[in-house]
Amino acid sequence: MKYLRMMLVLLTVVLLGNTIVLADVPKPVIPKGNAEECVLPKEEMRVDHMNYILHQRDETMHRGIRTKKFSLKGCIDCHTVKDDAGKIVSYKDKKHFCNSCHTYAAVNIDCFECHASTPTAKGTISSTGGKK
Amino acid sequence: MSKPGSETSKISRRKFLGTGITVAGMSVAPGVSLINVAEARPLDQPVSSKQRWGILVDANKCSKGCTSCVDACFTENGLNRGDEQHSRPGQKAQWIRKIDLRDKATGHEVSLPLFCQHCEHPPCTDVCPTGASFKRKDGLVLVDKHICIGCRYCMMACPYKARSFIHEELTHQFEYAPRGKGTVEGCTLCVHRVDQGRNPACVDACNAAGHKAMYFGDLKDSNSEVSKQLKMHSSKAIRADLELNPGIRYRGI
Repeated sequence: MKYLRMMLVLLTVVLLGNTIVLADVPKPVIPKGNAEECVLPKEEMRVDHMNYILHQRDETMHRGIRTKKFSLKGCIDCHTVKDDAGKIVSYKDKKHFCNSCHTYAAVNIDCFECHASTPTAKGTISSTGGKK
Repeated sequence: MSKPGSETSKISRRKFLGTGITVAGMSVAPGVSLINVAEARPLDQPVSSKQRWGILVDANKCSKGCTSCVDACFTENGLNRGDEQHSRPGQKAQWIRKIDLRDKATGHEVSLPLFCQHCEHPPCTDVCPTGASFKRKDGLVLVDKHICIGCRYCMMACPYKARSFIHEELTHQFEYAPRGKGTVEGCTLCVHRVDQGRNPACVDACNAAGHKAMYFGDLKDSNSEVSKQLKMHSSKAIRADLELNPGIRYRGI
């Protein structure tokens, strides 16, 4: 009986401990984008952004449709986060817009193994209309 | 089951749209076609098989030792930005290379750029197990890296050695030219520029260097410069025996 009570106390402590640890995980600080509003209400974007981006991905890749509304480039251009030195951070930095939530949600994304996670500097390349 | 009064408008929707297009076409000044290279397709419109992009390379004008097109390709697509530190030169990505040919019998030498030939019947798409290698409706042969598994069958199948495999993590990609480890890539004919109504970087570089050995345009538009040039003089497809009908054709080889 004494043994059982000890176990119960131990279990309570463990459970309580867990609760305390969970409460300690900080909520993600989601940086604001540069524009006034997102392309859709933020509640909708939070739930469905991956679907919009996925759909746009296939439309652009296979059909050459290059509308800006749901393009990944649009997200990257608007949702820039600067580090202490004032430089725009890449996906490798925890402060990066996508990272801020994805780290918390433990969702790994592969987008930035190929795609640029920062806007390409204007004027450095011919395609942005700047000098070559 | 036609409603009364519908007889007056028996013209079908398709016919009507067709008429509309004709009228729109006629409203343009004579001799000026609506669709030309300089005019970019609207952003929300899909590509169509009414166009087929191609290049005519005039090897007679191509200068031996000149690598303007190769350099421009590297710069434009971010192939020379310090990635791929551990790969051997033969492994590194290269989308366009200069080839020098010499006729042993006559000693005649010719230099030409070789890159993805954007075939009408591309062998790379035939062998691709996932559908990542595909031909866009306007004739561009591309790799959808989202579904490429890096098996490199396409590299084996391509008779032009036009594709490269990325062995290492990359970090310096341009936003308009995504590239990454474990996928195969090749000349896109600068699809990001073509969709804006611009020339591929190699063509612009060749013009800027003063050689003007490359003509880019719509092969299906008889008024395009490339079509006129193709009509004027004879040209060849490399490995025409394979009957792939490449979109890239050569003169003077």
